[in-house]
Amino acid sequence: MIKLEKLTKIFDSHGHRVTAADEIDMEVASGEICVLLGPSGCGKTTTLKMINRIVQPTSGKVFINGDDTSTLQDTELRRRIGYVIQQIGLFPNMTIEDNICVVPDLLGWPKAKSRARAKELLDMVALDPSLFLQRYPGQLSGGQQQRVGVIRALAADAPVMLMDEPFGAIDPINREIIQDEFLKMQKELKKTILFVSHDIDEAVKMADKIAIFSDGKLVQFDSPNDLLANPANPFVEGFVGSDRAIKRLKLFSVQDAMLSLQDQVDQGSPIISVNSNLTDAASLLYNSKANALNCIDEFNNVVGHLTHDQISTHLNTPLAS
Amino acid sequence: MLKAIPNSTLLSGSVKWLSILIIFLLFGAMFEEGTLDEVLYYLPDIIYLGGQHLELALVSGLLAVLVAIPLGVFLSRPNVVKYAEYVMQFLNIGATIPTLALLAMSMSFLGIGFLPAAFGLFVITLLPIARNTYTGLRSVPNFLTEAANGMGMTPMQRLLRVEFPNSLSVIFAGVRTAFSLNIGTVPIAFLIGGGGLGELVFMGIRLDDTPMMLAGAVATALLALVFDVLLGLLSQVCIPKGIQR
Repeated sequence: MIKLEKLTKIFDSHGHRVTAADEIDMEVASGEICVLLGPSGCGKTTTLKMINRIVQPTSGKVFINGDDTSTLQDTELRRRIGYVIQQIGLFPNMTIEDNICVVPDLLGWPKAKSRARAKELLDMVALDPSLFLQRYPGQLSGGQQQRVGVIRALAADAPVMLMDEPFGAIDPINREIIQDEFLKMQKELKKTILFVSHDIDEAVKMADKIAIFSDGKLVQFDSPNDLLANPANPFVEGFVGSDRAIKRLKLFSVQDAMLSLQDQVDQGSPIISVNSNLTDAASLLYNSKANALNCIDEFNNVVGHLTHDQISTHLNTPLAS
Repeated sequence: MLKAIPNSTLLSGSVKWLSILIIFLLFGAMFEEGTLDEVLYYLPDIIYLGGQHLELALVSGLLAVLVAIPLGVFLSRPNVVKYAEYVMQFLNIGATIPTLALLAMSMSFLGIGFLPAAFGLFVITLLPIARNTYTGLRSVPNFLTEAANGMGMTPMQRLLRVEFPNSLSVIFAGVRTAFSLNIGTVPIAFLIGGGGLGELVFMGIRLDDTPMMLAGAVATALLALVFDVLLGLLSQVCIPKGIQR
């Protein structure tokens, strides 16, 4: 768990006091991904970097699993937090193996243990250790480097990760792939992650919670669904975009919205898997001119059907929380 | 703006000396048959004076490396860097003083002999190494130092594991330039009693004895060439594979 308490950064630039982050209060539960979102200069990166004190806070506190981090030395604190930066930052003078083992080595792990860990991590992101351990960062493609950047932050098994636009430097196709891989990994690892992004679509996809920043203030802290359904103010509404209802569709599966009916199977309707999201369902509905979709389970049995009305009804049901 | 001298490949730094050598040899061959024999007549002198030459270059050069690299490192530290430009400008001005004047000044307070010669050469060698060390370290991308900091390296660990290895090729380029400059300047140090191959060069000029002059000049060029190749080899061993092109 990460808790920020009145975390504030005031920069002094040529006599002007600029408040980059103004009394930020928030709490991210263990195992959740919280995306810090906002336009450039909104304070999201400053807030992230105050957690591992790359930026020294002017005032306020950071708690990790209930412990006040101000009692720790900078280096000690940082070795306990996985850190991924936008430029990846693999050290070009070190092999991939040595890059992955940087923090374990700093922590004084036995060599055998850290090297075994490097192998295990490369396997996890489907990079063949026998090929990659001894390569240098310059010999890897951008996507491969990005994967190594992420597993390097996981090497010492820190419970907390800070990610500063980690997938920002990758082309859109590879970004989707790496995001999916990362979400799959996170399902098993259950790290507590703070993740800076300026991309609302990425945030909706990755986040359990989204924190929207504007002018150094935290203006809304909610689940993606709550945020898209109920923007707190015109700024948030503008930032999430006028197509926020469409964006919400991605958050639900066909299963969530369909009407479970076995008897009224309309043979002519297109079929869709219950595990697809509503964006795909809506797309299919518009494309096929059909009034309803037949929803099938993994055994190809039709278990329900879905209409425009049901999608709309589902979006307008009062939120569970 | 200070620019670092780019690192050369193994031979390109030596090309200058190689071409000087060839010019000298052609120059010698133009005169008359048997010039080579006349040059080789001075072989015992070349070996003896070459030893002095090497001693001067090594003592002054290594001292300069020992002073200039820590100086460059010191100047590149975040809390010092705002003063670094002033120090570099000062060193730059030092480099604009003609070599002969520098040696003369060195003589005026250290007398004549090995010490003032070595000191003068030391000053000349200092700048390229300090400048390249400083510039090399400063040109390590910010995101690498941020990654190093963010992973919990101490400033010293960051310097030794990240900054230094990643600027080593620039630092080596400075060392090679400096040694090439140094060995080429040693002959002038003869004028303040430093010894070395300059003795053959200047005596040859005075006595209008071309083979004698050539003996000193060719040997100096050869020495510089060998040294540059050796430093080139050393740099290939030292510079991490990941950053070699």
